[in-house]
Amino acid sequence: MKSLLALLKDYWGILRRPSVHYSLGFLTLGGFIAGIIFWGGFNTALEVTNTEQFCISCHEMRDNVYVELKDTIHYSNRSGVRATCPDCHVPHQWSDKIARKMQASKEVWGKIFGTINTRDKFLAHRRTLAEHEWARLKANDSLECRNCHNFEFMDFTRQAQRARQMHSTALASGEATCIDCHKGIAHKLPDMSGVPGW
Amino acid sequence: MNFRLLPLLLLAAFGIAVAAEVNYPLDAPAPDGRRPGGTISQSLPPPPIANEENKDLKRERNYPEQPPTIPHSISSYQLDKNGNQCLTCHSRAGSARSQAPMISITHYMDRDGQALAAVSPRRYFCTQCHVSQNEVQPLVGNSFENIDTLLQNEANAPTKT
Repeated sequence: MKSLLALLKDYWGILRRPSVHYSLGFLTLGGFIAGIIFWGGFNTALEVTNTEQFCISCHEMRDNVYVELKDTIHYSNRSGVRATCPDCHVPHQWSDKIARKMQASKEVWGKIFGTINTRDKFLAHRRTLAEHEWARLKANDSLECRNCHNFEFMDFTRQAQRARQMHSTALASGEATCIDCHKGIAHKLPDMSGVPGW
Repeated sequence: MNFRLLPLLLLAAFGIAVAAEVNYPLDAPAPDGRRPGGTISQSLPPPPIANEENKDLKRERNYPEQPPTIPHSISSYQLDKNGNQCLTCHSRAGSARSQAPMISITHYMDRDGQALAAVSPRRYFCTQCHVSQNEVQPLVGNSFENIDTLLQNEANAPTKT
């Protein structure tokens, strides 16, 4: 312990004294280049964790929620535009994304300790997990939906009568947000008993 | 005569019988219906999948007890043990919010007519009786006349004196 402290003290000494051997130019330029490499590397790694391939590399995602997504319009549709996992589950803006990624470190814990590593365990946790997502989307006014489905550009005349009626009243007034009505559009719903409106 | 030749003879007779032409078609024409034309063994290209009707216009019932058909698309509606998406609009509470017709009072009764707090389990699975319709013509015609037509015909019939 004492030797470790001495080592740290040594390093602190190196850090707080001006450099004797290297020029200021070298240190500035070197720091700049190293910064680019580290920052680029960090962002690249972050983007890798933000792909569907990464999500379904865990069997928990691949065998449960991903197969359910495959049946829905967000996976396969007439125009071939599709949403991948992070499009709905990770905010697109950088600061929000980092906040979400920090929250998601809990999921690494879950993966290591096998919280949902069987179908039965997953189904047992499904309501809780779904409620987390509903609460998140309710709190951020369905931000991830609105990344693609922008209310400003909805043409009510092209919507079905019922859709038009709900969108022009409850959604337009801000009284309701997407997730209030559109629960379970990309995955199967858990036992809905007790959920308001169900 | 050597009986060892018998199987061979039988085989030859069978071959001749098969080779002989039959005077009826082996491949009968298929009945009209879903895929008219062609024969039973032929596989024709399937007709394109029709869209679900989504006009939100109530359709006439053919008789009063008929479960009304669903006048809108119900694709990807979840309807299972976990949840019933139809009831989010058509339940007692939901119909006020959505202005959709409320399911009838009979759906809140058990088979003895006792009123229940929630939808009766035997009425829970909507699509057992109520179905959406596709934009297609009937495959086979029929001459069904509803009771109004029959009553009208009777009223307008020349009276016997």
